[in-house]
Amino acid sequence: MNITEEEVLRVADLARLELKKDAVLRLCRQIGEVLGYIELLNQADTTQVLPTSHAIVLTNVLREDKVGTHLNRELALSNAPEKDEGNFIVPKIIKT
Amino acid sequence: MSLYPLSIYEAGKLLQKKEISSQELTRSVLNRIFALEERVGSYITIAEEKALEQAKQADYRIAKGEITPLTGIPIAVKDLICTQGIRTTCASRILEDFVPPYDATVIRKLKEAGAVILGKLNMDEFAMGSSTEYSAFKITRNPWDLSRTPGGSSGGAAAAVCADMCLGALGSDTGGSIRQPASHCGAVGMKPTYGRVSRFGLVAFASSLDQIGPITKCVRDNALLMNEIAGHDPSDSTSAFEDVPDFCRTLDSGLNGIVFGVPKEYQFLEGLDPDVSDAVAKAIRTIESLGARCIEISLPHTAYAVAAYYVIAPSEASSNLARYDGVKYGLRDRDETDLRLMYNRTRSKGFGVEVQRRIIIGTYCLSAGYYDAFYKKASQVRTLIADDFKRAFERCHVILSPVAPTPAFRIGEKAEDPLTMYLSDVFTLSANLAGIPGISIPCGFSREGLPIGVQLMGNHFQEELLYRAAHQFETATEFHLKKPEI
Repeated sequence: MNITEEEVLRVADLARLELKKDAVLRLCRQIGEVLGYIELLNQADTTQVLPTSHAIVLTNVLREDKVGTHLNRELALSNAPEKDEGNFIVPKIIKT
Repeated sequence: MSLYPLSIYEAGKLLQKKEISSQELTRSVLNRIFALEERVGSYITIAEEKALEQAKQADYRIAKGEITPLTGIPIAVKDLICTQGIRTTCASRILEDFVPPYDATVIRKLKEAGAVILGKLNMDEFAMGSSTEYSAFKITRNPWDLSRTPGGSSGGAAAAVCADMCLGALGSDTGGSIRQPASHCGAVGMKPTYGRVSRFGLVAFASSLDQIGPITKCVRDNALLMNEIAGHDPSDSTSAFEDVPDFCRTLDSGLNGIVFGVPKEYQFLEGLDPDVSDAVAKAIRTIESLGARCIEISLPHTAYAVAAYYVIAPSEASSNLARYDGVKYGLRDRDETDLRLMYNRTRSKGFGVEVQRRIIIGTYCLSAGYYDAFYKKASQVRTLIADDFKRAFERCHVILSPVAPTPAFRIGEKAEDPLTMYLSDVFTLSANLAGIPGISIPCGFSREGLPIGVQLMGNHFQEELLYRAAHQFETATEFHLKKPEI
């Protein structure tokens, strides 16, 4: 199956990835091969077959509505690349 | 006497009789690691100081008479299971400096049992791979032949167990990542039933397929580790409420009356190495000589398993890996002042080629207009595959198959050919799709002297039977006793 450079770039952008030119060509070929192989699925008769998203049957897993022990703010922020006064810092998103 | 070659069971006996201390044992294993690490490359992080401190604590506990089968036993952990205060990288640049503020449930349980955590083991980045070559930091070499890979993605774990650089290890298995490296290194690897072991603190790859499990030198050790890590965990909403038996209880029961099914579809798959099929055929005869009956069974949808898996796993991965955004933890491209570009640059710098490839495949399969053709279709085929197993287990108790189509391959042999690498997962990934347990145990050697494993799969929550069958096979054979010269 063929996947075009534009498609690879579009999907990469959806996934928030920035690809180098030579990577795009390589990915077109490799992903095309994998998608070509995946087309095999079309030979399986799945009329009336329900999809499985989870191998073990579990329904409505609930827990008691009780406050437990949780990470405190300092620990939760301990790996943040940039933080200030208990907040995560991101690049500015509002234009002034 | 060198202590590092001991099994968990043997070391536990000596610790209990106070013939050795955990500090002596841990020191011996650490020395072994320092002697071999440069050649084998199993470890990303060696937690020497912490391990020796835990060993000291274990010796106190033992002196007070508080001993469990794991107290004082040095264990190593695949580097995608969170360890409080010890860097957990997933073998990725994006988590290179990540120090988890909490322990995974399995780590908490190991610590409560008094085990010693030696360090963190190499793997394919985010567990995506079958050779450990996709680690961002180093390659791991197979102790049986240093020019070959140990398999993957838990390659560091299997190589460390094989080379006596730990007494046992925890790995994770999404499509064969415990069983295949165990097979390539001559170790014992168990992928438990989905939900049997808590995934809390396991960095997610494909959430509906991932399971943590032990890699060990022998079957009894494996069951001992499972005894500690299995069980329901309120912190993992997908963990099963099933009771956990003592997995060692029936190890010594014989195999009379047990029926083993051999899938006919697995016997003629393209690319199956003759040494592997010979070793598996011999394993069938050994099983029969132990009083079990072997019958031919059918798993008619086998041909679609790899295709279904390589839609489902990358789709789940693309969603799980969306969390690496350079904001909450992990790498961040600091030069970028635009938020959107910061995301893109951070992720492109942080993820390796295979991870990016799978994210793109997964995003493609889930993107508007393609969802029904790919993800939904694959999920329907997953039902057909699970139903194949359901029907097979009406006729047999255990399914016997190869683990990998070939013995360990050479470093570099498949790295540039993702599809061929994916196809080598054909015997293992169906168990993940169906959620059933599977164990890999040594069953022979190739003409070149490389270990070969056989896989036993059971119905949901039948780990106890798998351990019993595996132990009976192991007791009747000597493959697990042979060690590489290194």
